[in-house]
Amino acid sequence: MSILTPTKGAQTIYRINPVAKLATAFLLSLALILTIDWLSAATALVLESVLLAWAGLSVRQFFFRTIPVWIAAPTAGLTTLLYGQASGQSHFEFGLIHVTDGSISLAVATALRVLAIGLPAIVLFVTIDPTDLADGLAQVWHLPSRFVLGALAGLRLVGLFLDDWRSLELARRARGVGDRGRIRRILSQAFALLVLSIRRGSKLATAMEARGFGGDTERTWARESLFGWRELVLIGIGAVIAAAAIAAAVLFGTWNFIVG
Amino acid sequence: MTHDRQPPAAVSARGWGWRHASRKAWAVDGLDLDIEPGERVLLLGASGAGKSTLMHALAGVIGGDDEGEQRGELRVAGRDATSARGIAGLVLQDPDSQVILARVGDDVAFGCENLGVPRDEIWRRVAESLDAVGIDLPLDHPTSALSGGQKQRLALAGVLAMQPGLILLDEPTANLDPEGVAEVRDAVARVARTTGATLIVIEHRVEVWRDIVDRVVVLAPGGGVLADGEPDAVLRARGAELSASGVWIPEFPPLVTERRVSWAGERLMDATGLGIGRVRGTRIAGGIDIALDEGKATAIVGPNGAGKSTLALTLAGLLRPAEGAVSATQALAGQLKSTSPITWRSKDLLTRIGTVFQDPEHQFLASTVRDELAVGPRALELSDGDIDARVDALLERLRLDHLSLANPFTLSGGEKRRLSVATVLATRPKMLVLDEPTFGQDSRTWSELVSLLAGLLDEGQSILAVTHDADFVAALADDEIRLS
Repeated sequence: MSILTPTKGAQTIYRINPVAKLATAFLLSLALILTIDWLSAATALVLESVLLAWAGLSVRQFFFRTIPVWIAAPTAGLTTLLYGQASGQSHFEFGLIHVTDGSISLAVATALRVLAIGLPAIVLFVTIDPTDLADGLAQVWHLPSRFVLGALAGLRLVGLFLDDWRSLELARRARGVGDRGRIRRILSQAFALLVLSIRRGSKLATAMEARGFGGDTERTWARESLFGWRELVLIGIGAVIAAAAIAAAVLFGTWNFIVG
Repeated sequence: MTHDRQPPAAVSARGWGWRHASRKAWAVDGLDLDIEPGERVLLLGASGAGKSTLMHALAGVIGGDDEGEQRGELRVAGRDATSARGIAGLVLQDPDSQVILARVGDDVAFGCENLGVPRDEIWRRVAESLDAVGIDLPLDHPTSALSGGQKQRLALAGVLAMQPGLILLDEPTANLDPEGVAEVRDAVARVARTTGATLIVIEHRVEVWRDIVDRVVVLAPGGGVLADGEPDAVLRARGAELSASGVWIPEFPPLVTERRVSWAGERLMDATGLGIGRVRGTRIAGGIDIALDEGKATAIVGPNGAGKSTLALTLAGLLRPAEGAVSATQALAGQLKSTSPITWRSKDLLTRIGTVFQDPEHQFLASTVRDELAVGPRALELSDGDIDARVDALLERLRLDHLSLANPFTLSGGEKRRLSVATVLATRPKMLVLDEPTFGQDSRTWSELVSLLAGLLDEGQSILAVTHDADFVAALADDEIRLS
């Protein structure tokens, strides 16, 4: 339906525990935010792109889902190019804009970095079913079940909010206040939506309590969240890519620690 | 811990009362009641008699000391009701806020998980419960794709899987269309037969449950029990009184003021070959011809999902037609240049087309009932004197005067409905569009609403109503448009 709904499929990636996907995306991001240089990002990106074939998405799905990254990467690159820290040979200067050798290489590094972090993160996340993620967080990582299940149940209300929003909009037109300034109308509508969602939320909480949620009994889990060799392989792949990126940057002397 | 089925539970109340933390009056007080294991009870009482409060207390979800104060004693299966979670299972009125998880099987399993039932046993119970309520869908079927009746049956299955000794149903069919009502009623009957659990139902439509229950208990508004006994006897003895307080009883149909005037008024609106859709580019129905006249009532009927509300909102100038055009006559448009209501300004709609939404909460804008009624007149820039006069007249006419300073969101269902109609009448539109105006209403609000609308028709107003309610159609409609 939207850019937010998880995709479904029969490939292995869909059966991998979501917490392993989170861990993998985290590893890759961590390695790439430690340094800002073009080589580490390019290495990671090349290795990742080989793996995208197994990501469980069709080419069309892949580009549809990753649109935000394809927009963000050149934008971030361009901004860095124009306003980034100046160093080396200067090529162009106008007001705050200053294009130099230094800002060019920073821009390339930034754009590649956004792609290398963003693409695998999105590809891993779109194959996550929220219910499976909640199971994983509670059973594998042992996060408090009240928190995890509360959030999961609340997520389901988001779809209802969209319908509420449309009805609120029509109702405001019908009540004669639809001609007001757009910003004022949206603010008042947002407040009304907040009131409605709190009411819905408390009804949902009652329904959950009525089914024994939040009691003292130790909870069992109808769906087992498994963490086995498949999950370890995925995290291993992430670790190898992260290590390769760092190694390449250090070996060829492009490594620059982002802090300090 | 064992996981055997709970035996049917007894209920006993001794001088029990409950007061919400924010209120001065006790919602329930001095209640003495005994229900035997396996009994099936229909709980009646005027709005505000504390029926829902009692149900929440029996289910153990009424909240702790910060939510309110309790006195007397309420026991379920011999235990204090506050610790009765797991013995009693509760199904509530609103289908949307009862679905907890995204997949059918997981949703049914949720209660079992919370009770610590082992995994194999959970899935056995899930299959059994879905079967008992007649839901024959894959376990990973998305719950968002279910109809209202299916959602209520799903909630019932979730309760059943917990194998409770007491099943509590708080107006489970009030928000459903006639097919949904029958689905849920039949599922409950089957469940009551096979499990033998004690059953307590609140519902103001008596005929739905009459054949399933073996006892009727009527709560008194001030506290205590007004009548108690075998259904036919109680309804015979107390029928007139119950009917006056809002309970639907077939032998005592609500009284309505008949329409007196038969109008041959002017045409207000025409549409031919109209296609409708919520979102631009999608058409959910087409080829609709409709004409609306002064002093005439038109009902839009048909199954769920046929586009009834969408059609009404399109004619009301709130949604753009997907094809064809809605065309207002000079009599409706007045001095406006365009005859197409969707192009009118929001303010121009006020005196021409008034729309009452299905969910009153969507159309509330102010923090008091009085201000709510003044929103429309104020947008028309009437003088303060005129605004006060209109608001006062409506407060009295719709019995809202004692609530003029209350927050609209805190009103009861019937009061909210009356207020939502009053807000629209405040700007005196020529045409009134109502989306399911009688949904979930008790018979008192129903007859007030029908009488009010009959009066408006006599005055020459045009009315268009989306409805599932055959009694409403019979009482008011001149024309019927059926979508399929």
